[in-house]
Amino acid sequence: MSAIVQTQKLRVEYRSHELRQATKVALHGLDLEVRAGEVFGFLGPNGAGKTTTMNVLLGFVPPTGGTASLFGIDVRQPIARQRIGYLPELTYYYKFLTAEELLRFYAKIFGLARAEADKRIANLLKLVELESAATRPIKSYSKGMQQRVGLAQSLINNPDLLILDEPTSGLDPLGRMKVREIIQRLKNEGKTVFFASHELGEVETVCDRVAIVHQGELKAVGTVADISTGHANLEQAFLKIVGFQPQPLP
Amino acid sequence: MNKIIALAGVVLKELYRRKDFYVLFVLTALLTVAAGAVNFFHDDKIIRYVKDICLLLIWVSALVIAIVTTARQIPAEREARTIFPLLAKPVSRGQVIAGKFLGCWLATGVALVVFYFFFAIITGSHEHIWPWALYFQALWLQWFMLAIVIALVVLGSIYFAAPSSTSTISFIAVVGLLGLGSHLRTIALQQPEPMQFILTLIYFCMPHLEWFDLRDFVVYDQSLVPWLDVALATIYAAIWTGIFLLLAWLGFRRKNLTT
Repeated sequence: MSAIVQTQKLRVEYRSHELRQATKVALHGLDLEVRAGEVFGFLGPNGAGKTTTMNVLLGFVPPTGGTASLFGIDVRQPIARQRIGYLPELTYYYKFLTAEELLRFYAKIFGLARAEADKRIANLLKLVELESAATRPIKSYSKGMQQRVGLAQSLINNPDLLILDEPTSGLDPLGRMKVREIIQRLKNEGKTVFFASHELGEVETVCDRVAIVHQGELKAVGTVADISTGHANLEQAFLKIVGFQPQPLP
Repeated sequence: MNKIIALAGVVLKELYRRKDFYVLFVLTALLTVAAGAVNFFHDDKIIRYVKDICLLLIWVSALVIAIVTTARQIPAEREARTIFPLLAKPVSRGQVIAGKFLGCWLATGVALVVFYFFFAIITGSHEHIWPWALYFQALWLQWFMLAIVIALVVLGSIYFAAPSSTSTISFIAVVGLLGLGSHLRTIALQQPEPMQFILTLIYFCMPHLEWFDLRDFVVYDQSLVPWLDVALATIYAAIWTGIFLLLAWLGFRRKNLTT
């Protein structure tokens, strides 16, 4: 299978604006490969470098060293993002627009023809069950509804790769189920899903392969079964890999 | 280009949904009333004085709209984090800057058209003269002057994170440019060297916003500005706008945006 997401010796340094503080290295030469058609879980404790990796892949942060590509195109080229969908952890959308207007705006950004955009918008609003609220401004939506708008916008271009950052964070059980259903559906359609999550149970359920990063370095990569070998479950394996030592309670 | 137009469309939608335009219409109505009141005096000097005040208000209002609207665009996108889903799409940072600029510039253009239309109708109905070509020249040049201002504010908004600081600094810069522009050369000639050289250099290197001001032509019913001069001023504005937008793009294209 060909690599859809690839990083080679990816290094990111954040320069401190304060004189006496050293440069912070967020990623130390990360090598990562996500293959076509797989659901890939990206795990790590807070501050491990997951978000930085995603920021580089999405073009928010330029790499200090190494390379990163999507579909073989350097992530610094906007065209690399033509075939991806991105769902951020929290809802970051224009709240003065309605869901329909937001989807239409993003459809224009992707260069979709009007008839095609109309069809996709109708289908997506149905998928996320927002048809009746489609003409209301997003600011009047509940948190769950806003998350569903996010999900719809991430699928507007019928992406071949979906990048999800903590996709079920803050969702109620129904919302979580919906996200899992969509991930499963995309997988069945042969799409690639790359997602960061702290929900190890969820990762175990939906992922074909996982990678664990810690302190900006790749610590493990493989199938859930491979990584869990010798441990009770993925959570135990994860804690061992990141060096967590349980302390007795005082 | 479609992406830039789509981005500009969102700027316009935000503007009228935030009710800024309603405030504009109220202001326009006040201007109309003020201009209408001159009929009571039947005095040419007073008529000109009130026309001057109305045009000054149009200038100040247009500047306020241009600066305040533009200053909040990119900082507000970063603060509300709407920039992230946007930049995760196949849109370049240059297109974001161009879209924001275009949206703000079109919005100020609409405002200017409304202002000048009301001004023309009211003054024309009292004075029975309709110098439409002169009004067009005044509006056109003011709109292009605002293009320079908007591009300057876009540049500022890349470096100053808060809309309020961008607005304040931009106001000071624009008022400074307008105020100094016409006098700096005279001041320079009165200075000893090397100050004369420095001030002269600044005079030739700064954008001259005052060249776009046709208020006196309108107030004193003067003849049209030669169309060649209008065309040259348009090119001059396009060059300065391009320079500021280029600098904004250079500052924004490699900026770290962390979620």
